[in-house]
Amino acid sequence: MNKRRTVATASMVMAGVLVTAGCGAGGPSAGGGDFTDDKVVLALLNDASGVYKDVSGPNSKIAIQMAIDDYQEKYGDEAVVDDIEVTSADHQNEPDIANTKAQELYDREGADVILDVPTSSAALAVATQAKNKKKLYMNVGAATTELTGAQCNKYTFHYAYDTWMLANGTGTVVTEDGGKNWQLIYPDYAFGQDMVKSFTGAIEAGGGKVAGTIATPFPNDNFATYITKAGAAKPQVIGTMHAGGDLINLVKQYNESGLKDQGIDLAVGLMFISDIHSLGVEAFEGTIFTDAWYWNLDEKSREWADRFMEETGDRPTYAHAGNYSAALQYLEAVQAAGTDDADKVVEELEGKKVEDMFLRNGEIRAEDHRVIHDVYLARVKGPADVKEDWDYEEIIKTIPAEEAFRPASESGCSM
Amino acid sequence: MNAVLQYTVQGLAAGSFYALAALGLAVIFGVLGVVNFAHGAFYMLGAVAAAVLLDTVGMSLWLALIVVPLLMLVFGMLVERLLVRWLLPLDPLYNLLLTFGLTLLLVDLVKRRYGVSGLPYERPSALDGRVQLAGVGLPVYQLFVIGVALLVCLGVWLLMTRTRVGMIVRAATERPELAGALGINVGRWVTPVFGFGVALAGLAGVLAAPFRAITAEMGSDFIIILFAVVVIGGLGSIVGAVVGGFLVGLVEAFGQAYAPTFAQVLIFVLMAVVVLARPAGLFGREEATA
Repeated sequence: MNKRRTVATASMVMAGVLVTAGCGAGGPSAGGGDFTDDKVVLALLNDASGVYKDVSGPNSKIAIQMAIDDYQEKYGDEAVVDDIEVTSADHQNEPDIANTKAQELYDREGADVILDVPTSSAALAVATQAKNKKKLYMNVGAATTELTGAQCNKYTFHYAYDTWMLANGTGTVVTEDGGKNWQLIYPDYAFGQDMVKSFTGAIEAGGGKVAGTIATPFPNDNFATYITKAGAAKPQVIGTMHAGGDLINLVKQYNESGLKDQGIDLAVGLMFISDIHSLGVEAFEGTIFTDAWYWNLDEKSREWADRFMEETGDRPTYAHAGNYSAALQYLEAVQAAGTDDADKVVEELEGKKVEDMFLRNGEIRAEDHRVIHDVYLARVKGPADVKEDWDYEEIIKTIPAEEAFRPASESGCSM
Repeated sequence: MNAVLQYTVQGLAAGSFYALAALGLAVIFGVLGVVNFAHGAFYMLGAVAAAVLLDTVGMSLWLALIVVPLLMLVFGMLVERLLVRWLLPLDPLYNLLLTFGLTLLLVDLVKRRYGVSGLPYERPSALDGRVQLAGVGLPVYQLFVIGVALLVCLGVWLLMTRTRVGMIVRAATERPELAGALGINVGRWVTPVFGFGVALAGLAGVLAAPFRAITAEMGSDFIIILFAVVVIGGLGSIVGAVVGGFLVGLVEAFGQAYAPTFAQVLIFVLMAVVVLARPAGLFGREEATA
C-alpha cells in the first residue's frame, strides 16, 4: 500500500509543478536571416496565447501589415524602401522571456523596431534591450509610466495609454461628478500598486478621498468577500484595478453583491472593448472608464475598423489601432530620414505633431517620448442602446491631449 | 455579526464548488488509484459547455445542470476507455502525467476555439436578487449553489452507503485486492466511476458559470486549491472531500475578510498543519506501514 503514499507525494509535487508551469522558459525560435540594410523589419512582441491575446495578440500583426500596405500605397515608387517585413514573437507576459525574445529579434531577425509588448515588467525589460542595442522600441500595450519616467531612454517611445492617463480620466472625472469617497481594490503586483498610486493622486486632486485600499492575490477568481468588505465601509465608489479574467470575475461578483442597488458604483481602472464583448453589456452597463480610442469614434476610425474587421472578423481594440499607428509613424519617419538608422529615425520622430486614424492632436513629445493625443471618457451602453455588434460605448467626454497625460516636467525622465 | 453571516455564506458558496469537484476527485482516486490532474480542466469544460449551450441552443441553467453533467459523464467514460485504462497496470505516475497532458491539451483547444477573453453567461432571473436574513441581504444564487451542492453530496453519500453499487465501490476503494478476491468484479465499475467523477467536476463548472469568469484558464488555479482540499480531507475519502471543500471555502472567505494578503496562503498553511498532525488527512485512513 505504499503506492498510495507515493501517489499522494507525487500529486503534491505535481501541484508545485503546476504553480510554476506558467513561468516556464520559452522554446527556441526559428532563426532569422542575417540583417540586411535592404529591408525594414517590424517586430511584434506580445502575448500570443495568454490573457492579453484578445486585447492585442496576433491580430496586431494584421494591424501592422495594414500600416505597411498604407505606407506602400501612399508612397508607391517614392518609397525609400521596398522590402518591409513584419515578424512576431510570443513573450507569454514574462519579463525574462521578453528579454530573450527582444535580443533575438534585434540581433538575429534584424528587427528595426519592436512594437506592442504588454505587461509592464516585460515592457521595461525590452526598454533596457532597446537602450543597449540602440534600436527602436514603440510600446503600445503596457501601462507603466516608468517607460517615460525614471527608466526612459532615447530609443523607447510609449503609445496609447498609461496608468497616469487612466487615473486622470476615470479618477478625476468620477470624483468631480460627486463620487468623493472611494475604496480601491487592486491586484497585489506592480501594475495594481502603480494604479492605486495614480488613482489616489487623481482622486485627491479632484477633491475626494480614498478611505481604504484592499490588496488581492493575482490571479484570483473569488472576490465576493473583498467586495463585501469594501462595501461595508459605505463608500460612494469602489474602484477596481483588475484586468482581464480577474476583472470579469470581480464584475460578476459585484453585480451579485447588491451594492449597485445601495448606490455604491463601480469604476474600472483599465478596460478594453474585448472585455465588454466577452462579458456582455448587461454586466458592465453604466460603467465609466477611460479609453485611448474607440472604433466608432468617427468616420475615419470607423473606416479603418471596417477594414480590420474584414481581415480578422472582430472590431479592433485601442491596442490594435495603436500598433497600426506606431508602425505607420515609424515608416513615415524612415521615409523622412531616408534610412533605418535608429538615431536618424529618432530625430525624425521627436517633437513631431501627428494626426492619423488613431492619434488626434497627437504629438511625439521630445522630452520623455510619451506620445500624447486626445483620449476619451466612455460609458458602457445599456442593452437597449446597442445598435450593432461591438456598439458598446458612449463617449461622454474628450480629454484634450495636453491634459490627458502626465506633463513632461513631472516625468522625471532624463535621456 | 451581519458581516460574519455574509462571509459564511460566501465561504460556503465557494466551498460548494470545491466540495463537488473534490468529491469527484476522491471517487476516482478511490476506485482507480488515479490522481486526476485533468479535474480542473473538466470543471472548466462544464462551465464552457453551459455557456456554449446557452449561446447556441438557448439552454437555460436549469436544463444545463442536468444535461452538462450527463455529457461530461459520457466524455469521462470515453477518456477512461480510450486513455486512462491503458496506463492503469503501470505505475500511477503515468496516469498523473497523462491527465496533466490532457489538461494542457483541453485548455489550449478551448483557447483556440473560444479565445482567451471568456464567454458571457446569464442565469435565470429566478435566481437573481437577494433574500433578507437577520437584516442582511444574501444573494439568492449563492444560497442556491450551497443547496445544490449539499443535495448532491447527500445523494452521493446515500448512494455509497445505502446501495449495492455503493457498497461495491466502497469495497473497491478500501481494499481493492480483497474485493476482487471475494469475487466482486471491480473492473466493471471502473469506467462508470471515472465518468461519474468527471460529471461532478462538470456540475461544479455549470454552477460556477454565472458567478465566475468562464475562460480556458479557470481550472488552472482551481485544481491547485482542489489538491489542497483532498489532502486536507484525506486522499480518497468521500466525507473528507466534502468537509475539506467547505472548510477551505470558509478559510478562504474569512482569510479574505480579516487577513486579505494571506488569504490564499492560509489554505496551504491549513494543509501543512493537517498533514503534520494527521498525515493521512482529516478523514483519511491511517495505513499500516509496510
